[in-house]
Amino acid sequence: MTTLRIDHVSRWFGNVVAVNDITMTIGPGVTGLLGPNGAGKSTLINMMGGFLAPSTGTVTLDGQPVWRNEQIYRHIGVVPEREAMYDFLTGREFVLANAELHGLGAKAAQKALATVEMEYAQDRKVATYSKGMRQRVKMASALVHDPSLLLLDEPFNGMDPRQRMQLMDLLRRMGDEGRTVLFSSHILEEVEQLARHIEVVVAGRHAASGDFRKIRRLMTDRPHRYLVRSSDDRALAAALIADPSTSGIEVDLAEGALRIQAVDFGRFTALLPRVARDHGIRLLTVSPSDESLESVFSYLVAA
Amino acid sequence: MYDPTVARLTYRALLGRRRALILGALPLLLIVISVVVRALTGADDQTASNVLGGFALATMVPIVGVIAGTGAIGPEIDDGSVVYLLSKPLKRPTIILTKLIVAIAVTMVFSAVPTLVAGLILNGNGQQIAVAYTVAALVASIAYSALFLLLGTVSRHAVVFGLVYALVWEALFGSLVPGARTLSIQQWSLAVAHRVAEGDLVTSDVGLTTATVLLVAVTVLATWYAGQKLRSLTLAGEE
Repeated sequence: MTTLRIDHVSRWFGNVVAVNDITMTIGPGVTGLLGPNGAGKSTLINMMGGFLAPSTGTVTLDGQPVWRNEQIYRHIGVVPEREAMYDFLTGREFVLANAELHGLGAKAAQKALATVEMEYAQDRKVATYSKGMRQRVKMASALVHDPSLLLLDEPFNGMDPRQRMQLMDLLRRMGDEGRTVLFSSHILEEVEQLARHIEVVVAGRHAASGDFRKIRRLMTDRPHRYLVRSSDDRALAAALIADPSTSGIEVDLAEGALRIQAVDFGRFTALLPRVARDHGIRLLTVSPSDESLESVFSYLVAA
Repeated sequence: MYDPTVARLTYRALLGRRRALILGALPLLLIVISVVVRALTGADDQTASNVLGGFALATMVPIVGVIAGTGAIGPEIDDGSVVYLLSKPLKRPTIILTKLIVAIAVTMVFSAVPTLVAGLILNGNGQQIAVAYTVAALVASIAYSALFLLLGTVSRHAVVFGLVYALVWEALFGSLVPGARTLSIQQWSLAVAHRVAEGDLVTSDVGLTTATVLLVAVTVLATWYAGQKLRSLTLAGEE
């Protein structure tokens, strides 16, 4: 069990406050650190990784301070956002050097290269690698000592969809193994696909924390929208609108579906299947059309 | 206090193709000058001392020192790849000391060795001049490496500051303002060389004791401070 605690952490650069009094606890599993560009995500990750001192507050890993404590890196693996990584080495040499710096040898390096499936290109110079290959070799260098905490700054930047999927699978696996994995992203779909737990940072402040669906549900003053297809859309619409949990229904002829606006989330989700069953209507599609992080996010930013 | 992996990475970065060419250019020029001078004037102790003192020790050694000293860490800090060293359970002074050893070795190879060869070409080590300047180059290599490694750790403009120190302070102010000469690695190393050379062709404005104390003090303090700075090195994000 590895727990990273950020306790009332602020960081300012001159007059600019990059991170403003953030407190959060990151436990095992995959956590997404979400926020728009310039929100302070990298500053926060740099403080979590011990590469930047908080102006106030503390960052600790299982009670140990992270700043100015090089022994902490026995437990932390870091995948930085920046590209530079000893381009004159081959992938194998790079990962081996990282292993050696941890006091490990070729076996650990080879295992890490196998984990990220980079053995096929391990003897090529890093300079010749694509963005996705670099990312995977960086990942291997971070995994070489089997760390319990993995910090990744914008790991999916510039990756193609296939590489993205591979890396997501890998991170999911790391989370399932009980590691504490934290990655930052400004792209909502990435976080949505990978992390159940999110920490939202907006303009240096901690805007929200928890399961994003729960966060979404907490915002009761904002209606939830659903796209529903059924065997009899109009009959379903008539039955649903009679209930106060529904505030509006549009029959979308082009889509062949109902666009339903619900004001009471809990009540509506119980109502819909019951009404369908009572009227003998078959539900074909029920999908939340705005429960994406995009809507959560724009809501949080506006709030 | 020495990490072979850090050393390997530093050597490979320093001796990468482009930097090795720059490092090799000045020593090559020194050898060419020595061959031409010897061919034109024959073996002459005074000329040998002028070439070795005026070009080898005053220009080549500090410039090679700037390239090797700042190059041992500056580019890594600039491009952020130093994060791969910092995210390891390695003592920061170990990183600095290892890089210092590499920078000293590279500076010695690219400055002291050509100085000896040039001296032998110029007057066949008459009056121990070749050996004396070689010793000066070796001693200066240590202090320059430590000083410029510190510059590379604390400043993004280390090369510029290094060149300003080496060329403007030591060469220009040193020749105009007598006091400036006392605070010059070049003069301190000359004090050591003076002891080695026979006769009075190699001279320094600083006494041997003062020179030795200052050389040791600069090397130790610069290295210690660089280690401290690396402990609290901040990696700014791209935001």
